Amino acid sequence: MSATRRMIPNVRPPAGIVIFAICLPAIVLGGPAMLQANPSLADAVTGVQPKVVKIYGAGGIQGLEAYQSGFLISADGHILTTWSYVLDTADDSVGVTLSDGRRFEARVVGNDPRLEIAVLKIDARDLPYFALDQAVEIAAGARVLAFSNLFGVATGNEWVSVQRGVVMARTQLSARRGAFKTTYDGPVYVLDAMTNNPGATGGVLTDRRGRLVAILGKELTNAQTNTWLNYAVPITELNSAVVDILAGKTRPRAASRDNVKKPKEPIQLQMFGLHLVPDILAKTPPFIDDVDPESPAYLAGLRPDDLVLFVNDRVVGSCKALLEELTFVDRLDAVRITVQRGQELMEVTLEARP
Amino acid sequence: MIPQQFHRLPLICLAVSAAVLGGRSGLCAADLPPSVLAAEQQRIEAIERASRTAVSVFEPSGKGGGSGVVISADGYALTNFHVTQPCGDYMRCSMADGRFYDAVMVSFDPVGDVALIKLLGRDDFPYTPLGDSDQVRVGDWCFAVGNPFLLATDLQPTVSYGLVSGVHRYQYPGGTLLEYADCLQTDAAINPGNSGGPLFDADGRLIGVNGRCSFEKRGRVNVGVGYAISVNQLKHFLGVLRSGRILDHATLGAAVASDDQGRVVVTNILDTSDAYRRGLRYNDEIVSFAGRTISTTNAFKNVLGIFPKGWRVPLEYRRNGERREILVRLAGVHSEEELLQLVQPNAGRPDSTPGRPKRPQRPQGKPEKSTPERPQRPENPENPADPGSPNKPAPEGAPSKPAPANIPEAARGWINKRTGFANYHFNELERRRVWDRYRSQHPYAAESGNWKWRGNWGGAFELNFTAQAIAARFPGGVAGLEFSKELSEQLDPPGSGGLLLALFAWQRLLRGGPEQFGDMYYYGTAPLPSQPELCDVLIGTYKELECYFYFQPSTGKLLALELYPDAHVDPCEVFFDDYRDVDGRSVPHSLQIRHGDLDLGVASLESFEFLQSGAER
Repeated sequence: MSATRRMIPNVRPPAGIVIFAICLPAIVLGGPAMLQANPSLADAVTGVQPKVVKIYGAGGIQGLEAYQSGFLISADGHILTTWSYVLDTADDSVGVTLSDGRRFEARVVGNDPRLEIAVLKIDARDLPYFALDQAVEIAAGARVLAFSNLFGVATGNEWVSVQRGVVMARTQLSARRGAFKTTYDGPVYVLDAMTNNPGATGGVLTDRRGRLVAILGKELTNAQTNTWLNYAVPITELNSAVVDILAGKTRPRAASRDNVKKPKEPIQLQMFGLHLVPDILAKTPPFIDDVDPESPAYLAGLRPDDLVLFVNDRVVGSCKALLEELTFVDRLDAVRITVQRGQELMEVTLEARP
Repeated sequence: MIPQQFHRLPLICLAVSAAVLGGRSGLCAADLPPSVLAAEQQRIEAIERASRTAVSVFEPSGKGGGSGVVISADGYALTNFHVTQPCGDYMRCSMADGRFYDAVMVSFDPVGDVALIKLLGRDDFPYTPLGDSDQVRVGDWCFAVGNPFLLATDLQPTVSYGLVSGVHRYQYPGGTLLEYADCLQTDAAINPGNSGGPLFDADGRLIGVNGRCSFEKRGRVNVGVGYAISVNQLKHFLGVLRSGRILDHATLGAAVASDDQGRVVVTNILDTSDAYRRGLRYNDEIVSFAGRTISTTNAFKNVLGIFPKGWRVPLEYRRNGERREILVRLAGVHSEEELLQLVQPNAGRPDSTPGRPKRPQRPQGKPEKSTPERPQRPENPENPADPGSPNKPAPEGAPSKPAPANIPEAARGWINKRTGFANYHFNELERRRVWDRYRSQHPYAAESGNWKWRGNWGGAFELNFTAQAIAARFPGGVAGLEFSKELSEQLDPPGSGGLLLALFAWQRLLRGGPEQFGDMYYYGTAPLPSQPELCDVLIGTYKELECYFYFQPSTGKLLALELYPDAHVDPCEVFFDDYRDVDGRSVPHSLQIRHGDLDLGVASLESFEFLQSGAER
């Protein structure tokens, strides 16, 4: 955390102030003993638990846990979680267990690799949920509760683990490049509690009253100091992306029901001088295998081993999805491509040579 | 697991103080509402009060240690088995009063990772009240007190505050013996050295004993996930922990699993188990166990994990829509030999040791599947067995062995090593306590064995005891028992499972006491049907018979006797009641007799005569 710490000005302080103004008298009038304040924490926990889910998917080898956490964001079974290898199953479906022990097969509605979030959907109704637009912003020093299925401790109808902590800072995750391996470089809450353990990612951070604040991030270690960062991403940073995911914008086009006409002469990858790795898996990650010398791709700065994430802001999770997406692009149009190189994201615009 | 040894860990302090209070506004006490100050004061007092009961445990030569907590004024203290294991029979303990105390091993429970030790030198130790872990809610405040990283070189324990993160957690043995069932989870910092130390609720009542953490990628330091053995489990074990024995956990003799409808059903059952004899079968749905609703296999394991071997626990199951309730005797997870090999691998085989019951084989057995791998001895690479350490096991065949010379004289008198026991001294102590109490009410010993009973058991009956035999006349016919013949084949009257044998065993205990009975040891405490309090239990073995004697702690009376003529069969159960004075002796005049699922009714005594030796019968 010795990183460049750019404090984000709290753009919405009035909300916090109002809340405190209401809160404080309540504490004063709340009774003679702390004892009366204590059960309210347990009550807040009781209110949050039914909205938290356990997620089971891919993994289980080489220190990669096959589970993570998530929480309900609609009464109809939409779940917000972290985009990770756990969701990367062959059939795009993962297991979800609700706090009452009910089990569902969830499908991945969509994801945003830049924010490292995904939305899942289960077939259920009348579920308790967190309304994203009611998420609150909090400041450094605020006391919080973290809910997650860290270490996969809870199974079936058992409640996920709860931890308590204090927000140490609201800062950019960018930190020092290379110190922490993450592509997300937006604002985060840094916590003084050890919330980010195996399986905790996708869990929910609330204030002491159980109101939605943030989503727990992936495990993050500083490669140089071997220290772990405990952080959560504010929901207010994710809200519009979730709306996009629900609207189908980040969905691979082939999977969507959009009735868009394909051009007669779509563009082809070779026209940029780009070659992908051999497509040998069900979902081969679209890594660039080779770049022709002096080609448009080369001049734009693309190099072998870059991973293509987006084509014109559409997620392309596999070689097949990438090629499919290109069939929607006319050979005369420019294409915006976002690639990941190491932990850096890079966006380029390519045009085929006439 | 938390290692017993002090690791000089490179402590990476992310020294970031979240200056929640203080700061700009410069708050001082006068600005705070009285309720906040009162709460603060309450917290301070709870921590002070509770910290006085915490113990720092040190291996005498300084090779390791951990924590503990005193639970009685005479110095009995709980800790983890894995803390005491490298110490052996003797350890040094410090408390917040700044003093060191000698302590000796009493009993240990290697599966539950619990040990009871006794601090010596005072009878007015500060001790903690026991809370109720089933009332603990997720989100409740709690605090751990202990000796993390063996920091208590100034003898002051360390306090870490936190939240209850989870309740009724089940943690698999994970390649060791140690199973944490129905435990509490906390984010209070639990570090190496906190093992065995107390977890208190906000009011300073004991709710658990810390002992385990989820360590994976971050190294062996707190990761905000610690587990404590629930105090309610410990309450079940307190009686057996007083016995000086090596304790075992329980098995139903059946394996269960969740089926596709989310029901917990029996997937395997041993036909030698008590559950089988009570009617439980393959594919029956477990509805409740020990009064707790069972909806997952973890819930089932949680219940099973909190009871000692040998207890009877109610179980409710459903078959074809019909619910049935049974009372099941829980067998041991291990055979006695297995357990001993696991905790004292170099010790002699117990069956070659005098002074140990030859046939304590209660209905035994493990389910063949669905339970974890056969447990291994806990890995302990940091602590290679020190040949000079006092935990060297007793040589084969030695009934007892003097305490090693490096143990102080004051502690040596409290140690009696006997194979199969953690510390036989405490078994003798408890056995004597129970027997002396009973004996004071029943001074039969000087009598001859010639008794004559008359009474009513569905009709008039008569019993004549002599030195060689019991002759009986029941409404259903005559019956008899000859002591010189094979005892376990004389199960008269038919259908009773050996009523005459049971009465013979009772008389034998009364006349000769535990020393003359055969082999007799103190089991600990166990529940008895329809009795509100746990009973003291003595287990005696005479020839092929095994007898369980249940005494009421508050009165010292014998409440029940179970006689096992053989392994894997139902005992004859006799419940004694209606004690009346006969010639200065307190004699039960009501005997309720049960065998298996049969209630054979109450035999009421109308006359009870003590005849002189050789008197006319």
